[in-house]
Amino acid sequence: MQQPGRAAEIKAIGIGKSFGSFRALDNLSLDIGRGEFLTLLGPSGSGKTTFLMILAGFVQPTEGRLFSDGVDITDRPAEQRAAGMVFQGYALFPHMSVEANIAFPLKVRKKSAADIKRRVGEMIERVGLKGHEKKLPAQLSGGQQQRVALARALVFEPGVLLLDEPFSALDKGLRGQMQAEMKRLHQETGTTFVFVTHDQSEALALSSRVAIFNHGKLLQVGAPDEVYDRPDNRFVAEFLGEINMLPLKGVRPADNGSTGLCEDRAVSMHCKADLVRGDAILAIRPEYMSISGEAAAGENGIAATATNSTYLGAATRLDLTTRQGAKVTVSVPNEVAAAALSKGNSVWLTWPAEKGFLLPHGGQ
Amino acid sequence: MRAYLSDRMGAALLMAPLLLFLVLAYAWPFLGVVKWSFTLPTPGLGQYDALLTDDLVQSVFIRTLRIAAVVTVVSVAAAYAITVVWVRGTPAQRLIAEFCILVPFWISVLTRAFGWVALLSNRGLINTWLQAIGFISEPLALVRNEFGVIVGMTHFLIPFAVFPLASAMRSLDDRVLLAARGLGSSRIRTFWTVFVPMTRSGIIGAAMIVFVFSLGFFVTPAILGGGRSVMIAELIYLRIFQSPDWGLGAAISVVLVLFVGALMALLFRYVRPKQLI
Repeated sequence: MQQPGRAAEIKAIGIGKSFGSFRALDNLSLDIGRGEFLTLLGPSGSGKTTFLMILAGFVQPTEGRLFSDGVDITDRPAEQRAAGMVFQGYALFPHMSVEANIAFPLKVRKKSAADIKRRVGEMIERVGLKGHEKKLPAQLSGGQQQRVALARALVFEPGVLLLDEPFSALDKGLRGQMQAEMKRLHQETGTTFVFVTHDQSEALALSSRVAIFNHGKLLQVGAPDEVYDRPDNRFVAEFLGEINMLPLKGVRPADNGSTGLCEDRAVSMHCKADLVRGDAILAIRPEYMSISGEAAAGENGIAATATNSTYLGAATRLDLTTRQGAKVTVSVPNEVAAAALSKGNSVWLTWPAEKGFLLPHGGQ
Repeated sequence: MRAYLSDRMGAALLMAPLLLFLVLAYAWPFLGVVKWSFTLPTPGLGQYDALLTDDLVQSVFIRTLRIAAVVTVVSVAAAYAITVVWVRGTPAQRLIAEFCILVPFWISVLTRAFGWVALLSNRGLINTWLQAIGFISEPLALVRNEFGVIVGMTHFLIPFAVFPLASAMRSLDDRVLLAARGLGSSRIRTFWTVFVPMTRSGIIGAAMIVFVFSLGFFVTPAILGGGRSVMIAELIYLRIFQSPDWGLGAAISVVLVLFVGALMALLFRYVRPKQLI
């Protein structure tokens, strides 16, 4: 964070934060790589924003240390850390023009007038605000205010850019546009981005890695496909998207994975059964399941009856109930759904062995 | 629509007693004063003519404006400091600030003026102490002059400046201050370049309220000025009750009311009424 123009590498070791008796963050250790786009994802009150505020220096951790490029910055005040920050609601200076807002961090750093003019001009061009230089924030649309906030946070070339739910106030179309823009800015600047959101699709779409929080604990960190396809626990599995959970019995290791009994039928998984034995949960994302007349021998499959369908346009969402009463949801082509519903009696749900994964039985 | 109409009728009924009182107690008598200013002692514009030529009236007008200006600057600056503590301080600091703001309201303006006389007079506490420690040999002239008047009025008016300032400071988004610090701005720089400009409407409101109140002040200048630094309200009193010159007193009153009215109109162009409380 101290060398402008260079992406910072951040290391958090055993960070904890208590507000009175409330434990906002518990023993968090996390490495944020140089130039990475890391998303902190979790429901509200999960500790993700507290961690961002600790990174920015606005909140002092109760325990643990924070390093930037190997230097301990735990006790350094926010104004000396100078991480770029984009706040929820943007927090622009309402009494300053677009230009003056963006020039603010450069003026604070006592850059020459010519230098400020040049860099502010470049930044305004880069975020597409040309022609709006003299306007006040109140005269801009939400998307434009967002651009000013990004420009102001990036103009002094901070080692890290911190973003606190920056898109929460934007409508859906604009949100997609701003996400693309942010991805471009990340590539262009090469700066480390740390982004807080509670929207899992946003997290999966934008980041190089996702860190999932709940109840003040960091549950899992990994690339989007890693956390989506191989969640460590039930919370992560459910938070990242819809998921079907089937009870499994007699889980044991097998050649190239594991096997178990699902409603009295043998199924196989590619994942290892080293953490769970006996009873477990088999989790499969709806889009990986398909419907067929019958399951071939050795294929993973379970019999179920379709109960309800929801037309989604490109596909149909089908709710089914298995013989032993487990509820399953799948997303299938429209004509497949119609056929399955018309049959009335049982169809077969099948899925590839590599798409199912094991979660411990019950709880987390 | 019905609900809207009955709401408006209800509001009108609730406000009616106050409006009636204002008309009977202020507007009607004031029309009488206007009439005097054109008819006493002889009908015509003679009293307004005198206003423009009378040296005494003009010097009192100028002194009133000068004192009001100084009191405004000092009161708003002091109120700003107190309000920052009141709105943004620790709970203990807030309590102390609140005490300092509210207690003066419970003590009569007369009592407070005499309190200042006791402090500031030649044999008052301050002069006695300063002489006792050998800091001065002759007592300082702290009262019966403009200085005394300004001290007394400032003390009275600070609480009135606090409310519009507090309203402006409370509506300020804390994240904007965090943003400034996050962008590298020190606390002092953030205060002057972000906090103060963002409370501008509060500053304008506070200044206008204090200035308008100062123009019509009577008791405090009469006691602490000791008849030597007469302000406009005291001059009106003297013209009406001591020299039977009702016409001139009435004319000064009319000019003062018009001037204050113009200031209030200007104030409400910049500040919405609810920002003042």
